[in-house]
Amino acid sequence: MKSNEVLIQVENLCKSFGKLEVLKNISEHINEREVVSIIGPSGSGKSTFLRCLNLLEKPTNGKVIFEGVNIADKNVNIDKHRQKIGMVFQHFNVFPHLTVMENITLTPILEKKVPKEEAEKQALSLLSRVGLEDKRDVYPNKLSGGQKQRLAIVRALAMEPKVILFDEPTSALDPEMVKEVLEVIKDLALSGMTIVIVTHEMGFAKEVSDRVLFMDGGIIQEQGTPDYIFNSAQNPRTIEFLSKVL
Amino acid sequence: MLQSIINLWSKYGYVYVDGLIGTLWLAALTVFVATVLGTIIAIMKLSKIKILELITSLYIGMLRGTPILLQLYFFWLLLPKIVPFKLSDTACIVVALIVNASAYVAEVIRAGIQAVDKGQSEAAKSLGLSNWNMMRKIILPQAIKNILPALGNEYISMVKQTSLASVFFVQELMTSYKTVQSATFLAIPSLVIVGIIYLVVTSILSKALSIFERRLNNEE
Repeated sequence: MKSNEVLIQVENLCKSFGKLEVLKNISEHINEREVVSIIGPSGSGKSTFLRCLNLLEKPTNGKVIFEGVNIADKNVNIDKHRQKIGMVFQHFNVFPHLTVMENITLTPILEKKVPKEEAEKQALSLLSRVGLEDKRDVYPNKLSGGQKQRLAIVRALAMEPKVILFDEPTSALDPEMVKEVLEVIKDLALSGMTIVIVTHEMGFAKEVSDRVLFMDGGIIQEQGTPDYIFNSAQNPRTIEFLSKVL
Repeated sequence: MLQSIINLWSKYGYVYVDGLIGTLWLAALTVFVATVLGTIIAIMKLSKIKILELITSLYIGMLRGTPILLQLYFFWLLLPKIVPFKLSDTACIVVALIVNASAYVAEVIRAGIQAVDKGQSEAAKSLGLSNWNMMRKIILPQAIKNILPALGNEYISMVKQTSLASVFFVQELMTSYKTVQSATFLAIPSLVIVGIIYLVVTSILSKALSIFERRLNNEE
């Protein structure tokens, strides 16, 4: 599944909010077709790290190299690059004033100049992939949390991204809806999509990831295969964290 | 009392009608221009450009921090001195009303835009929507729902505020009151008539606003 093509290269990434240092000089890479889970206690900087990958947070220092371009550079047209980096949020952030169909097709039509019929055709096939084809004309307030999140995933997929960033995609869901969303993400992983996911679902991280990063105190404390992290971690912080959540 | 109100109305009704026309005209012009101006100011204030932010904050702060009557006097005295052509009292007052109202409108619009959940702009950005398309397709359509009801209330209070123009004898309802009062020395009946007219106008506007708001909510 893994290839050795680096898709995102992070070099000396630092991020501070005022005096608070959230990310401390992180260097890391994400390979193409790789599924990377980021785990760690709250406040460890894992969401901030993820949000730096598509520049929703501007790094205080360091480089984020995506497809060979340092997108943290001020002179880069970030919109163009973001089109290839999908993101799914904890609180779904679907557009409430647009129908399910419009949520999906808006950006492809506006920014990629995809003809409307083609965009809708693609949207329908994506919707049927996540079991929402009968919801095409409803507004998001008629959807359950799990359905909203599946819509958000489809909306990201419609841009045909190279990688999708998931920021705690199941943390705001009712327990009975967690599974349906995880299933969709798992399917994506199996289809070869590059995925970076911040999650508290340890079972999921163990099952689906190629690599698990454990973050604490603004640095990546330890990383490795799921088997290594969950069964033979060396760092005492990793061990302590896992003992609390497993 | 009732008798003198009726007498006054039958004899001077046209003065009040003229006043009402003046008030509506003043209010409509103020509302229209102030909305355009206020929108521009709000967008300037929300732009991330420091100097624009500073200027607009100062503008809004001064206009909201001083009495409107002071502003009317200020423009009434200042404008004729600085413009090269002759300016009527009415024109000075209209400008002052517009400038004052634009500050309030700008704040309503700014607040409406900022009240849109931050997740919406993050989602739009993460998809790669340009700032312009994000504003046009995601933020403004949602902000409108926050803005319109508040703006409607601003409009209603603008109708009432035009009464201050009577200080400068601009033709409007309160000036009609003064005209009739000085001709007849019947102050209270004249005030009651003018008050009823204001009440009718603002009630109609309030009713229209609430119908409009209900429609807005039903659409969701």
